[in-house]
Amino acid sequence: MNNSARPRSPHVQVYRPQLTSVLSFGHRLSGLFLSLGAVLLVGWLLAAVSATPAFDYLNAWLGSFLGLALLFVWTLALFFHLCNGIRHLFWDAVVGFELKTVYLSGWIVVFTSAGLTLLTWGVALW
Amino acid sequence: MVNRVNNQGSHDNRVALSRARGLGSARTGVGHWRWQRVTAVALVPLVVWSLASLIAVAGGGRDAVVEWLSSPGAAIPMILLLIALFWHMALGLTVVAEDYLHHIGVKIATVAVIQFGCLALGVAGVAAMVLAMAAA
Repeated sequence: MNNSARPRSPHVQVYRPQLTSVLSFGHRLSGLFLSLGAVLLVGWLLAAVSATPAFDYLNAWLGSFLGLALLFVWTLALFFHLCNGIRHLFWDAVVGFELKTVYLSGWIVVFTSAGLTLLTWGVALW
Repeated sequence: MVNRVNNQGSHDNRVALSRARGLGSARTGVGHWRWQRVTAVALVPLVVWSLASLIAVAGGGRDAVVEWLSSPGAAIPMILLLIALFWHMALGLTVVAEDYLHHIGVKIATVAVIQFGCLALGVAGVAAMVLAMAAA
């Protein structure tokens, strides 16, 4: 492995972002962020079954401004990863590879994940 | 593409030409790719179910949450969710580490931590579910 000086692609400093590359990177970023949420889910389950006040502390923290803000971003990341993941499954079935379709499905993912996030929070807070 | 079983008992997805030339993996070349998709499909209904359920029960206090977790209708999909989730997470994080970490020692150590960490988290989650069922 003596090729570390060679340029890598995409060369991020001079790379003009498009919807396709932004969503691709967003899929990884949302996956990383959702991993933290998965750790929280296990912590929440353990707190619920432990005979300690941990569950009440955790729920109180999740109800604070910071907790609610994190939960909101987690919801958005979840719906985005879900919708874009389904888009990837269509690609795996070799469906929707035309450039126009790729952009159309990309925008559908953006608006669907935003809409489902707002709908979920509307229902949850109602 | 036809799905075949090779003499090792595992599936062989290569086309006939690459198999004849002896190219590609002998056994589990597409295993990572395949399980990433299988867990993804399983997670679609499980994630939607868990999100709706958690919104409904999370505010009800500890006793209500434990009672809900101990019912079969919640325990079974929640355990399936934990298995599919941490499997999917281990596969995804491994790819990210393999792509962005270039020092081979750091890469191997990080992948080991990711994979054992996901296993540990999944086991901890399932253990919590068993404790919930025992408490009810």
